[in-house]
Amino acid sequence: MEAVTEKRGREILLQGNEAVAEGALAAGCRFFAGYPITPATEISEVLSVKLPELDGTFIQMEDEIASMGAIIGASLAGVKSMTATSGPGFSLMQENIGFACMAEVPCVVVNVMRGGPSTGLPTFPSQGDVMQARWGTHGDHPIVVLTPATVRGCFDITVMAFNFSEKYRTPVIVLIDEVVGHMREKILLPPTEEVRVFDRIQPTVPPEWYIPYEDNATGVPPMGIFGSGYRYHVTGLTHDVRGFPTQRPDEIDPFMRRLFRKIVQHFGDLQVGEAFLIEDAQIAVIAYGAVARSAKRAVKEARARGIRAGLFQLVTLWPFMRKAVEGIASQARVLIVPEMNLGQISREVKRVNEGKASVVTLNRVDGDLITPDEILEKIMEASR
Amino acid sequence: MLKDSEWVRQPGDRYEIRLSGSGGQGLILAGIILAEAAGIYGGRFVAQTQSYGPEARGGVSRSDVIISDEEIDYPKAIKFDMLMAMNQKSCDQYFSDLKPNGILLVDSTFVSEVPLEGAVTIPFTQIAREEVGKEFVANIVSLGALTEFCPLLNGEVLEKAVLGRVPRGTEALNRTALRTGIEAAARFRKKMARRAVAPEDYKLEED
Repeated sequence: MEAVTEKRGREILLQGNEAVAEGALAAGCRFFAGYPITPATEISEVLSVKLPELDGTFIQMEDEIASMGAIIGASLAGVKSMTATSGPGFSLMQENIGFACMAEVPCVVVNVMRGGPSTGLPTFPSQGDVMQARWGTHGDHPIVVLTPATVRGCFDITVMAFNFSEKYRTPVIVLIDEVVGHMREKILLPPTEEVRVFDRIQPTVPPEWYIPYEDNATGVPPMGIFGSGYRYHVTGLTHDVRGFPTQRPDEIDPFMRRLFRKIVQHFGDLQVGEAFLIEDAQIAVIAYGAVARSAKRAVKEARARGIRAGLFQLVTLWPFMRKAVEGIASQARVLIVPEMNLGQISREVKRVNEGKASVVTLNRVDGDLITPDEILEKIMEASR
Repeated sequence: MLKDSEWVRQPGDRYEIRLSGSGGQGLILAGIILAEAAGIYGGRFVAQTQSYGPEARGGVSRSDVIISDEEIDYPKAIKFDMLMAMNQKSCDQYFSDLKPNGILLVDSTFVSEVPLEGAVTIPFTQIAREEVGKEFVANIVSLGALTEFCPLLNGEVLEKAVLGRVPRGTEALNRTALRTGIEAAARFRKKMARRAVAPEDYKLEED
């Protein structure tokens, strides 16, 4: 324990995946269930060593379906929980992610994206799961999806993911591309006591008065911990305020609307982005993950040639940052959207843009990171 | 495509090293050690990335290390200040992205056709096998040699980084490998210096 604390105070060379594990521990995660898969395995490796040291639990499950089930169960019992996987495993988790949405169980799912579809390219980067993260599980549902671009970002965003999941009782998905997941950078990890951690609100009423899914101003009902005397029914069926299945329209409708409202009315808190030289930008690059780093370099080079270029890096992918992108679209002449897929976030940008600026896409699906040169070329074209 | 004249080729805010070869030659570990030496022991910003296939042995493998005094944006190498090629294929594939004054180091055990004059050709694998006694420390031997030619690193910080990363129980072996690599580079340098003198001077030196 002493050694760990001492190391945290120092600068260390850390991998993105290792930083995710460190972030989870700092946020209070004490349960991990998963099945190893490239390029996400290092997250499991680190936690398999560190969780037992902190009296936490690490389980290697038989598959990703069970992994997702296990973290939901652990979270209901009051333990902050996480799983980590890549594309094929993420597909298997979808049904239970829906269960976590429906039963409002806080949990964090990390997906280190690789090339797809199917087993695809295990060791190569991709951003192909952006829409799957949004709509992978069936049914109308809100979801929170965050994506880091640096190793320090992996730490901070994992902490943020846990905080959002606890605050809003929702599964939060952390999407990482292979470049960021496997990249090593020198970072300074903050001491655990300096990390802001949010824990779920628990009921204050006596157990016999507890109504588990009763609405309130925030839309997030306090969460009774299993085994603490607060007994209630947990189901994937659409339920009434007491958690029991219902088919009454006057109960279904308020439930569904509250499920959305608890995310929608907190957009201001949930939507995180980083602007770089965007104030006076005529040409704005909208990027996320490792591609945002290529874009940053391209913007610097464009500025060196007197072109008013800027970058807006999306940290929150979902709920989509409509307001921020709208603002940029009204000011810039051209929006460039580089992605390691054939156009997923660019669709959202076009939707929000509503014809204000011209939207240029830049797509790469050959298993390599988009380079600064490629983005700069688009900026130069747009500036002519 | 952009014309060459339109480019401001990377401002000198970053020093880029690519280590390349085939899977199993230990290039990713070598990259991590380099990054740790320059970043943790050398106090600079570093980013290390890699590209490799799903196989544990064979296939192409590369590891990029970016060293900078500023925060690093693009984490991969663009134009290399140093390129280490541990086999012919990677040498052929990447040497054209070397900067004009970049340094090419090749493992002459496997690279027979060297595309550039002035390349550093040292048989790292052969040295590891014959002088150190274990072929698998060829990556550490090559790191020792690389250090000799890299202005941002020295043997001392590299030794700390090597000893901090290699498996327990192999410290002595790896220290020997590193020092052997440094010596091999010094020997190579001497040989080159000798070759560079004019014939008449050379004669005088012989006397």
